[in-house]
Amino acid sequence: MSALKLANISKHFGAIQALNDVSLDIAEGQVIGLMGDNGAGKSTLVKVIAGNFPPTMGEMFIAGQKADFHRPLDAQRAGIEVVYQDLAICNNLSAASNVFLGRELTRQFGPLRVIDYAAMRARSAELFARLKSETRPRDLVKHMSGGQRQAVAIARTLLSDAKIVLMDEPTAAISVRQVAEVLNLIRFLRDQGIAVVLISHRMPDVFEVADNIAVLRRGRLVANKRASESSPEEVTGLITGAIEAA
Amino acid sequence: MSTTNSSLAAVIDRSEHRGVFSRLMSYQTFWVFLAAILACLALTVMTDTFATERNLFNVSRNFAFVGIIALGMTAVIASGGIDLSVGSTVVLSAMTVAVLMSAGFPAWIGIPAALLVSCLVGLVNGVLIAYARMPPFVVTLGMLSVARSLAMVLSNNKMIYEFGPDHVFLLALGGGSTLGLPNPLIVLAALVMMTGFLFKWTRWGQHLFALGGNEQAAKLTGIAVGPLKVSVYVFSALMAGITGVLEVGWLGGVTTNLGQAMELSVIAAAVIGGANLAGGVGTAFGAVVGALLIEVIRNSLILLGISTFWQGAFVGTFIVVAVAFDRFRNANA
Repeated sequence: MSALKLANISKHFGAIQALNDVSLDIAEGQVIGLMGDNGAGKSTLVKVIAGNFPPTMGEMFIAGQKADFHRPLDAQRAGIEVVYQDLAICNNLSAASNVFLGRELTRQFGPLRVIDYAAMRARSAELFARLKSETRPRDLVKHMSGGQRQAVAIARTLLSDAKIVLMDEPTAAISVRQVAEVLNLIRFLRDQGIAVVLISHRMPDVFEVADNIAVLRRGRLVANKRASESSPEEVTGLITGAIEAA
Repeated sequence: MSTTNSSLAAVIDRSEHRGVFSRLMSYQTFWVFLAAILACLALTVMTDTFATERNLFNVSRNFAFVGIIALGMTAVIASGGIDLSVGSTVVLSAMTVAVLMSAGFPAWIGIPAALLVSCLVGLVNGVLIAYARMPPFVVTLGMLSVARSLAMVLSNNKMIYEFGPDHVFLLALGGGSTLGLPNPLIVLAALVMMTGFLFKWTRWGQHLFALGGNEQAAKLTGIAVGPLKVSVYVFSALMAGITGVLEVGWLGGVTTNLGQAMELSVIAAAVIGGANLAGGVGTAFGAVVGALLIEVIRNSLILLGISTFWQGAFVGTFIVVAVAFDRFRNANA
């Protein structure tokens, strides 16, 4: 079943055409690798899906329902979560606080609503255990490894029961062992029936987990095909424009 | 085997966490507190004027004024901003209450009006910073000039020392004491507890520290960053406004040079108390301890007969040393 369907999405910023007539269909439990050079429109596409700004033209469907997002919260409510590479983590807060950032659990304390740290820690510990991560809820994120930080970011998506997860460069700037950890996390999400859009520059990572590979060039979708039927050479050609389309 | 492992992990978890936690919480605040206490002890021994009731009364009241504003400043600094307009907000608030009450209005109109004017100052700061996206330094530097100028316009730059029908009440509010403690000190104690609670136990506090830690993250996770920033500057201005009202009572009269250069002492207090100018770090208790140390040092200069011209040098050096200390510690960590 279709988790996310983009129909003829375009986005202009003044005279700049960031996205041009992009159509894409992603099924439940499918991992799609979204590739393209810098400025090809990957980030813009993610931001449109995540509700950061509406498309200039085109429509979006979530599980068959037409979606009309005005702000990120709308997209979140529709089951879309974005894992921003390191960007959405506060180093000065604990892992549990980061998992719950913006949707802290509270309890009634007399006339006041206070943050329920105990419940947040317990729930985070459960999520980290599910992710098989050694992250401890009370630790400050600033003392954590890249893999643990990704676990914190991904735990946020489990918390909200996401249907679609967008990952922006999750494997940039982390060690080889941690990349393996992150790829496992992506497989874990896929096995839960979550549709994953993986944006990455790292060809081997994309080919390792993606079912489909979509390539953007200058705002246009120039390819969307099964990873098993493509090759890194072909994708490189598509990204640079050596191959027109596939 | 696995049970021993997990319990061992749990024990390590607890002990490590305790170590990190207590170190983070108490490190700078603890040493600053110790320094303040040592300075008090040294002064008690070296002078026979420090430990007199009268001097302690004065010290604690002065310290309360800087401390109250430092609470607001800590919130601003922890959110990643700075508020240079607090000293001018103090005089504008003081002048508002003074002008209204000397015109015959009762205290229950004059005081809320002064606090409202202060909040408006914070609102303007906050809106320009959050929505016009101007740097806090520039906005509040401009406000520093504007708010003091408004106080001069309001009073025609004259001293006001007659406060109408509620004259006695206003003087007692800031200058009197309850159960042997100066009133401003009691207000400070209440506000410290309130601020500490807000920082630690409310979503407002949590979001404030998230904003200071990583503004991008705060935005991406759906925190309403605009209103949050505005609220932080209003909070800071309100603290300055409360101080303004109390200072009128303490001084018994207002002139337009009230609160001049106070922003420096307040920022110093917040920073010495552990607030990080880069944002994301700071505590209510730390702000008060920082204010205490500054006031004790200031008082010691007077008691030891050192020229008051040296005060600025001390406060300025303190800010630089506190920031350098912070850098040094982060470089080691």
